[in-house]
Amino acid sequence: MRYAMAIDTRKCVGCSDCVVACQTENDVPNGFCRDWVKEVVDGTYPNVSIELRSERCNHCANSPCVRCCPTGASHFEEGGIVLVEHNKCIGCGACIESCPYEARYSHPDGYVDKCTFCIHRVRQGNDPACVSVCPTRCMYFGDLEDPNSKLVNVLKNRKFKSLAPEAGTQPQIFYLL
Amino acid sequence: MHTRRKFIKIGALGLGATAVTTAVASWATGNTSGSTRSVNDRAVSGWHRFPTYCEVCFWKCAGWTYVSPEGSIQKIIGNDDDPQCNGRLCPRGTGGVGMYSDPDRLKTPLIRVTKNGEQTYREATWDEALDFIANKMKEIAGKHGPESIALFNHGTPGKYFTHLLNAFGSNNVAAPSFAQCRGPRDTGFELTFGESVSSPEVTDIRDTRCLVLIGSHIGENMHNGQVQEMSEAIDKGAVIITVDPRLSTAASKSKFWLPIKPSTDLALLLAWIHVLIHDNLYNREYVAQYAEGFNELKEHVRDFTPEWAYGITTIKPELIRHTAREMANAAPSVIIHPGRHTTWYGDDVQRSRAIAILNALLGSWGNRGGIFFKEGIKIPDFPRPAYPKPSWSWQDTLNGRYPFAKEAVTNTIIEASIPKPGMEHIIKGWFVAGTNLVVSIPLKEQLMQAMQALDLLVVIDTMPMEITGYADVVLPECTYLERYDDLRATAHREPTIALRMPAVQPSYLTKPSWWISKQIGERLGLGAFYNYKDFKEVLQWQLKQIGSSMEEMERIGLKKYPRKSPVYIESIAEFKFKTASGKIQLKSNELQEAGFDAMPVYTPHPQPEDGYYRLIYGRAPMHTFSRTANNRNLVALMPENSVWVNPQVAELWGLRKDQHVWLKNQAGVLSNFSVKVRITERIRWDSVYIVHGFGHHHKPLTYAFGRGVNDTELISRLAIDPIMGGTGMRGNFVTFVKTEPRKEGKL
Repeated sequence: MRYAMAIDTRKCVGCSDCVVACQTENDVPNGFCRDWVKEVVDGTYPNVSIELRSERCNHCANSPCVRCCPTGASHFEEGGIVLVEHNKCIGCGACIESCPYEARYSHPDGYVDKCTFCIHRVRQGNDPACVSVCPTRCMYFGDLEDPNSKLVNVLKNRKFKSLAPEAGTQPQIFYLL
Repeated sequence: MHTRRKFIKIGALGLGATAVTTAVASWATGNTSGSTRSVNDRAVSGWHRFPTYCEVCFWKCAGWTYVSPEGSIQKIIGNDDDPQCNGRLCPRGTGGVGMYSDPDRLKTPLIRVTKNGEQTYREATWDEALDFIANKMKEIAGKHGPESIALFNHGTPGKYFTHLLNAFGSNNVAAPSFAQCRGPRDTGFELTFGESVSSPEVTDIRDTRCLVLIGSHIGENMHNGQVQEMSEAIDKGAVIITVDPRLSTAASKSKFWLPIKPSTDLALLLAWIHVLIHDNLYNREYVAQYAEGFNELKEHVRDFTPEWAYGITTIKPELIRHTAREMANAAPSVIIHPGRHTTWYGDDVQRSRAIAILNALLGSWGNRGGIFFKEGIKIPDFPRPAYPKPSWSWQDTLNGRYPFAKEAVTNTIIEASIPKPGMEHIIKGWFVAGTNLVVSIPLKEQLMQAMQALDLLVVIDTMPMEITGYADVVLPECTYLERYDDLRATAHREPTIALRMPAVQPSYLTKPSWWISKQIGERLGLGAFYNYKDFKEVLQWQLKQIGSSMEEMERIGLKKYPRKSPVYIESIAEFKFKTASGKIQLKSNELQEAGFDAMPVYTPHPQPEDGYYRLIYGRAPMHTFSRTANNRNLVALMPENSVWVNPQVAELWGLRKDQHVWLKNQAGVLSNFSVKVRITERIRWDSVYIVHGFGHHHKPLTYAFGRGVNDTELISRLAIDPIMGGTGMRGNFVTFVKTEPRKEGKL
């Protein structure tokens, strides 16, 4: 089992519903977020293009955050989901520095927090909150090892990219182009 | 300015804040937690969910409010069965809980008093506030008649106060959603097809092969179902053509983006009509069967060639022809989208007519992938006596203008509130419910003058919006998550109804609008119009009439009814449009008889002088009007607006990214606050763009205060549509003021 996500940049309108849904689902404190939307504008008027991307922890297979965590708080769960065990975290912030995606933040309660792929929902067979709420249905969550999944299907049929591949982290979020 | 009604900042009063009531209502016990299917259920034991429909915008998506065992609202999730949202609320709906938890909410009734020569508000009991209002209404009616009470409204609360005024004897009920928004579209479509596209729009985007957007920025205007359908259309490979001086989100997803020179849309539309007709691309069979005036139209557009339009619009002739062919190839599965906010340049009905005519030539009305026929469920009125007939109405405030206004025009109601010698129809009292007129209405001076002259101004809102500072009485409404409301009855592909019920008890001393209306009504001796104790009785009675029940609706939230009439035109023999002749009016005799152009004509509009840029405004997907700028769940996504400036313009002015500037319009009107510069290739060099709804100047909105600029304060020149009174607001030009100007006479 290998959980991953594909996000269709052609359909995303950048509404940030994924961000609000994550905050209300996971009690993310005001002023913080586990996911966010990036807009990249390219070209010169009127030959301009926009890429809109919902970004979050890439749940990397080769995770610098897990490797550098001194207490073992950052660890892998089933399907490669990277989690932070709040009780073990001393808030040193090494993982924040090591992440090429700036996906982690210091929670006011003293630990480091980030996207969990909504593991509490996934364990019950539901999509993560961001995926389940997206009005444009531009996000696909699933198991890369399940050949029948919608996720594998879109990745087979569409061009895609991942972010900062040069970092060698083997990110598990794919952007459909 | 007179000081009879001095602006009072509610928050400055240090009014005692009662703790939020978070106790779960008693009816929560044994409710439906987890009992019905939903992929969105968070399986946390002890949670309860209550049906609602959203009130953050007018789309009214049905959803569920989840309440924890401790009684706090945790999240709001869309109802899977609702075709308006398909289980997916937009960011505003998802963040709707921020309306409930906003620390700045209105908490208690307030009455304007003068203390030591200073005007201020004092906290009042509901009885005091309601008695005061009822007595004033009687006094005004005694002097001027009940007609001189008017209502401005938006959203669900409006209906209860409309009922109150109708029962009292006035039908002076206006909404900015007509003359400041969708009025021109509706009028243009009614004149052409005999009806408009209603709300939610009956555009079959889901199944279209070609979607044409004229300045309509779906995806930034987060009209949920429409955004979802556009995404589906993208998946299915539909051709999207977007006409916009700005690279909107929709434009960035389009096969063709036509970066038009602002104010010239009508020239492009006429050129498209020319190409469709003169290149024989139009739907001949459809036009022959359903439309009239074709020959006149053909002659009318003879000279409106793409080459002619090129000089006006800056859109290349080949591109105009090519896009016209794309539409024709897809026809009749094509939508030239009617838009929604269409009060732009004062000839907006005519532009909407041109859009309607294009749809007619392509045969989209009544066809799959075009514009479908809606069907809804009629909810019967709860039994009541007949309303008295007013001796005059809002039509009398038009004074012969705007002959095709089918709804009250806010501007003429405001005019009628400013006393003038020899005035026959005067308005002396206002109710304002759910609309922040100070921000939504342009022409601030006229608005201020009118408000100063009133004998009574009652504002009903959940938040201390700017308008509350001008009220004699402020009534705190509870949020949509804390109340029953009318059933949502939607006419669309399938008829649906949705229930809104309280998930928690009203916080502080807030009350639902149905209750406020009933209380005032009873004080006016209109008890017969409120023949129920609780609004739940009304809903129970209504549900029974339409074959449902409270028990059922509490369980399912949304009910679909089987459709009885056809969705598309081909299954109807000899279909008649709702026009006088039963045919589509390519040429409008009605307009001609009233002295207007029977077919749309392009008129050049003023262009900005050197150093000035056209002020274009629009929406962001995480905000609704000015009402969400203080919502803590949404402001993190977008705390303020910015002014979009083309890099060339920025260089000319030496503007840096995120630099604060003030904006000044052609009449010298200066923005109240500064705004950050966003330098972006997404905007033309002759225009700037800002998102509407920011720049609040009311300190009690503790978060929103002073963040960004308010576009409507810079809109001091209006081009009023002579056909229906719409206030064209895109004819204002602004320049940059880089150092803090000395400010005088802030609004």
